[in-house]
Amino acid sequence: MDLRLALIDTAWTLAGIVAIVVPLFVAVAYLTLWERKLIGWIQIRIGPNRVGPLGLLQPIADGVKLLFKEIILPTNASKGLFVLAPIMMLMPALAAWAVIPFAPELVLADINAGLLYVLALTSFGVYGVIIAGWASNSKYAFLGAMRSAAQMVSYELAMGFALVVVLMVSGSLNLSDIVAQQGRGRFADMGLTFLSWNWLPLLPMLVVYFVSGVAETNRAPFDVVEGESEIVAGHMIEYSGMSFALFFLAEYMNMILISALTAILFFGGWQAPVSSALFDAVPPFLWLLAKMFVIVSMFLWIRATFPRYRYDQIMRLGWKVFIPLTLVWIAVIGLWMQTPWSLWQ
Amino acid sequence: MLETIVFYAFAAILLGAALRVITARNPVHAALALVLAFFTAAGIWLLLRAEFLAITLLLVYVGAVMVLFLFVVMMLDVNLERLREGFWKNLPMAVVVGGIMAFELVAMLASRHFGSATSTRVVPAGYSNTRELGRVLYTQYVYAFEIAAVILLVAIIAAIALTLRRRKDTKALDPALQLAARREERVRLVSMPAETER
Repeated sequence: MDLRLALIDTAWTLAGIVAIVVPLFVAVAYLTLWERKLIGWIQIRIGPNRVGPLGLLQPIADGVKLLFKEIILPTNASKGLFVLAPIMMLMPALAAWAVIPFAPELVLADINAGLLYVLALTSFGVYGVIIAGWASNSKYAFLGAMRSAAQMVSYELAMGFALVVVLMVSGSLNLSDIVAQQGRGRFADMGLTFLSWNWLPLLPMLVVYFVSGVAETNRAPFDVVEGESEIVAGHMIEYSGMSFALFFLAEYMNMILISALTAILFFGGWQAPVSSALFDAVPPFLWLLAKMFVIVSMFLWIRATFPRYRYDQIMRLGWKVFIPLTLVWIAVIGLWMQTPWSLWQ
Repeated sequence: MLETIVFYAFAAILLGAALRVITARNPVHAALALVLAFFTAAGIWLLLRAEFLAITLLLVYVGAVMVLFLFVVMMLDVNLERLREGFWKNLPMAVVVGGIMAFELVAMLASRHFGSATSTRVVPAGYSNTRELGRVLYTQYVYAFEIAAVILLVAIIAAIALTLRRRKDTKALDPALQLAARREERVRLVSMPAETER
């Protein structure tokens, strides 16, 4: 009897995982198309428009192409690790979605230490890069991996400190509680919920978190890891076909994840910006999706706008600007919370 | 029942990974096996409902320490023959130290004096591991905690002071100077008549 209950429970969890992962893969596929379209428009081009109406079948064509390409194992590569690397890259990108609350009560694993869990999982992504760089037995790949390791470890610190501030004002590590907490306050009572969200009082932390997120996902302008002009494609240079596609998938999935986290931690997650009859009628998860869409488009906008950072400037920004800034802001918020003017009771 | 199965599976993986750490010929493989060992240890802690400790283990050791470790190990050209040289000479000492450690562990786990092995307290629903840990750490053990923090700070400063050197030949640029550069200081527009070929 107990076993049957456990089995049903497991089946529900598996169904939940499928319900998250399948739309996620579709989202990644269409994010690549949206990226090419948006950057095309920004640069006054049309973007892909040949495959299907408006180019809508382009991601599927790309996927089929990658599936049919041969996967080449370099002769002197460390075989097992070479195959393991893309998996190590994709695994944390997928696993972190377990604790993302899509709507009130709509979360796969409502765990107490959700924020810590996300922080821990996003820090594993670097293993895929390092292992890929080392196992490829190629100088370019190795250089890319070293750059990436240094960059990701540096920005993780700033990111972690920014999250500490969010944790301080929320008083909880549970992501659902963090969202719920943002719906309380003077402005929320007046119906202007969007002024109660964390982005306003924690604006510097939002900037630090988002920029660190761009650096953490190795996106432009922090993409020295795969800088074409210097090290060709960095850690991915020896990968082809589907094994390359896994890196690609992981990168885009991480982008969506950072967008989701930014929306949840700073922009009130599933909450409507203004509480009115019309806005409240929209299902909560659509609000989250809308916010994620805007933030993920910011990633693309940034890529189309800024030239690549120089490597020493990246390191300087992380260590000498962001980390001191976050440390000071932790103290400022800590003191603010002790005063009678504290917004977070 | 299910928990027991998961525990034994994790324990088996943990022991296997730990064995690989000391038997792997390639230091990078050994370091990666250590990562796996940390990971499974965190899994076992999660089974004990110590989620804060488990995730902190992952965050600190897997997420940061081992990355830097791998960073160094991959860059070094480790000579395996040199590493194996002193094996037989150091073996007796290692056996003694290992024996003492094993004895201490067994004594600790088997004895009833410490009472650590048999804690099956049921926790209430809204129980947050992190909150409880923070409460104890910042009230009951606040002095010990502060002393540990100061010791770590001293260690950080010492490590930086030992490795900091100012190189004369470095070509690092000061960003402030770069930003302060004005067009007038660098570029001069010269107006001159066009020279035509005769």
